[in-house]
Amino acid sequence: MRQSSGLRALGIAGALAILLTACSTTGAPTGGGAPTGPTATDPGKSFVFASTQFSPVTEQEAMRKKILANWNGASVEFITDQEPVIIDRITVESKAGGTGQIGIVGLENGQFGSLVAANYLNDVAKVTTRNADKKINSDMLTLGKFGGSTQLYVPWMQATYFLAANKKALQYLPTGADVNALTYDQLIAWAKNIYDKTGQKRFGWPVGTNGLIHRLLQGYWYPSFTGGLVTSYKSADAVAMWGKIKELWQYSNPQSTTYAFMQEPLQSEEVWVAIDHAARLINVLKAKPDDFIAAPAPAGPKGRYYMSVVIGLGIPKTTPNQSGAENLIDYLLKPETQITTLRENSFFPVTDVQMPADLDKGLKLEADAVAKQAGSKDAKVVPLPVGLGAKGGDFNTAILNTFQRIVVKGEDIQTVLNEQAAIINKVMTDANAKCWGPDGTSTGPCQVK
Amino acid sequence: MMRMRARTEDILPFALLLPSVIYLGLLILIPMIQALLLAVQADNGTFTTEFVDRMTGDVNFSDAWRNTLLLLVLIVPLQIVLALAMALLIHSRFRGHGIFLYIYAIPLAISDLAAGILWLSIFTERGYLNTVGQGVGLIQTPPVYLSFENFGGLLAAIVIAESWRATAIVMVILVAGLQLIPRDYFEAADLFGANRIRRTIHVVLPLLRPSLQSALIIRTIFAFQTFAVVLALAGRNLPVIAAEAYNWYANNRNAHLAASYALLLLALTIAFTVVYLRVLGLREAEVKRA
Repeated sequence: MRQSSGLRALGIAGALAILLTACSTTGAPTGGGAPTGPTATDPGKSFVFASTQFSPVTEQEAMRKKILANWNGASVEFITDQEPVIIDRITVESKAGGTGQIGIVGLENGQFGSLVAANYLNDVAKVTTRNADKKINSDMLTLGKFGGSTQLYVPWMQATYFLAANKKALQYLPTGADVNALTYDQLIAWAKNIYDKTGQKRFGWPVGTNGLIHRLLQGYWYPSFTGGLVTSYKSADAVAMWGKIKELWQYSNPQSTTYAFMQEPLQSEEVWVAIDHAARLINVLKAKPDDFIAAPAPAGPKGRYYMSVVIGLGIPKTTPNQSGAENLIDYLLKPETQITTLRENSFFPVTDVQMPADLDKGLKLEADAVAKQAGSKDAKVVPLPVGLGAKGGDFNTAILNTFQRIVVKGEDIQTVLNEQAAIINKVMTDANAKCWGPDGTSTGPCQVK
Repeated sequence: MMRMRARTEDILPFALLLPSVIYLGLLILIPMIQALLLAVQADNGTFTTEFVDRMTGDVNFSDAWRNTLLLLVLIVPLQIVLALAMALLIHSRFRGHGIFLYIYAIPLAISDLAAGILWLSIFTERGYLNTVGQGVGLIQTPPVYLSFENFGGLLAAIVIAESWRATAIVMVILVAGLQLIPRDYFEAADLFGANRIRRTIHVVLPLLRPSLQSALIIRTIFAFQTFAVVLALAGRNLPVIAAEAYNWYANNRNAHLAASYALLLLALTIAFTVVYLRVLGLREAEVKRA
């Protein structure tokens, strides 16, 4: 009897042990890596490359099978997930101490904020120095320092937002308007003209749940009309701008509140004209390059402001293979890798590379629009919000709610601006974020004037 | 020796339960308590009502609250009636009833976001519904059903999509419940000359009450969590509590507010479950009789 109860206890203990091991073993990375530290011939431990970019399955496959095809360093497991998931995972690995599994991380400039604030990233200046011959865009390198002196990420690739239009819409352009040098007034007249002539509302906004409307307001509308973003949030110029947005909204497809990626309504022709992120327009441009044009974003009274999206590569302090991750950055910055990245996944190089002549038609449209936008006489570039860290979400929400209240719900412009400005001021104070981009510089937190 | 055996047998059930208790404790209970704390505790550890206040003062709060209850009131009764009809149809065991069971169960295999996107492709301006309508000459210009100006249209689309998606689970519970009712009762009812309708009302429904109760509780909890379908069909236009929790966590990176919304959902779910248990619960006498 004694023996049998002992056996039972043993069985239970065994079951528990299995359960606990199951809990503690997380998916082992694929491929083998030597257990000891890296040497000249030994690529070292395998690691995870976590990225918020390339989340569509086809892009992931392109990354694993084509962009990383010639990589012969340590075994790399490329995974993509949403920003919060990756940030949480790095946070957890950092809090757990020792080395984690994520060896390198690819995020948008703005997504690095909370990792920078928590001091979870290694200095990567060594990598930028040894890649100096590749002429990495110097503005982007500065962005990667987050106002300090440490290089916290190496620019990897870039994107921007521009206008895409169905050629069917071109006949309704207001007289005298050049589609490559539009103003916002002309854009409104264009949408109105389409509505007057066809009875259809064919301008579209990405106001759906994963839409990037807040970026269009932060990097395009606000600076183009007010010359600022935070400082001029409730200025007279801002009131006038919201009036214009409401005007355009009248001629916009009322389904805009369900649109996340403008390429979809553009392809189904629910929308003829839209402004969105390059990666959210590329499918329609690749699918129907002869039916569409791509053009610079419009200009407002203060200039043709556009937003530059920089994707960077950072190395967490918990990386299992520091030199392996550094070598991977070298590889991704090679001219041929940068071109493969453009061809496969439509993100533009950050280094000085020669564009190949046989580029896909849709990509060619994008590349031309990007070049025209940056080369416009009145062009001015804006970065993604800087220094907000974990408060970035609150800032976006304040702007989204402003749009929701003024445009969708039709509340009084000045009242809403005053109320939302108070929220923005609190976000800026909480984050202790100094002014950036069009707002100039400030000594304390950036505040609405 | 006897005492030894008695003691072992006393302990054994607990020992067998232990792994699942540890599992639930580690992966469910502790995270749940942490989530509750997130809603009421600031980053520096002090207790505060800041997050709950911010939630109730949020632009979308009253809309989210109203829409969640509205969807609950519209969807749950509709689904129970539909599922009951489907379950009775299958239970009548006519020729080919198995095919119906399979067809009804298809939506069970589809994730809710996929279901939402599926219905979006039907209801969107250039979607299947309008294309077919135009094809057969029913409509001239395609109407926009999912417009922000058309609250009724949005709501109807969500109710249809949710009913399609989640009625099957209710049906499965009810079919199982029906199969538990002993044939004797039906034979007795037939013997006394009850027709189908009377048999359904006086025999089937009362005996089905435990299954109906579970189905209602499960469906109500699901209805509170309705979220992916709403996001797909209405975007930001029709805020619901679960979607607000998601938005605050995933898009706005504010775990405290997300936890406040989750806390609200928990309170609502508990309240409704208690009501169901009270109203539909088996009374002690019935339990004994059964």
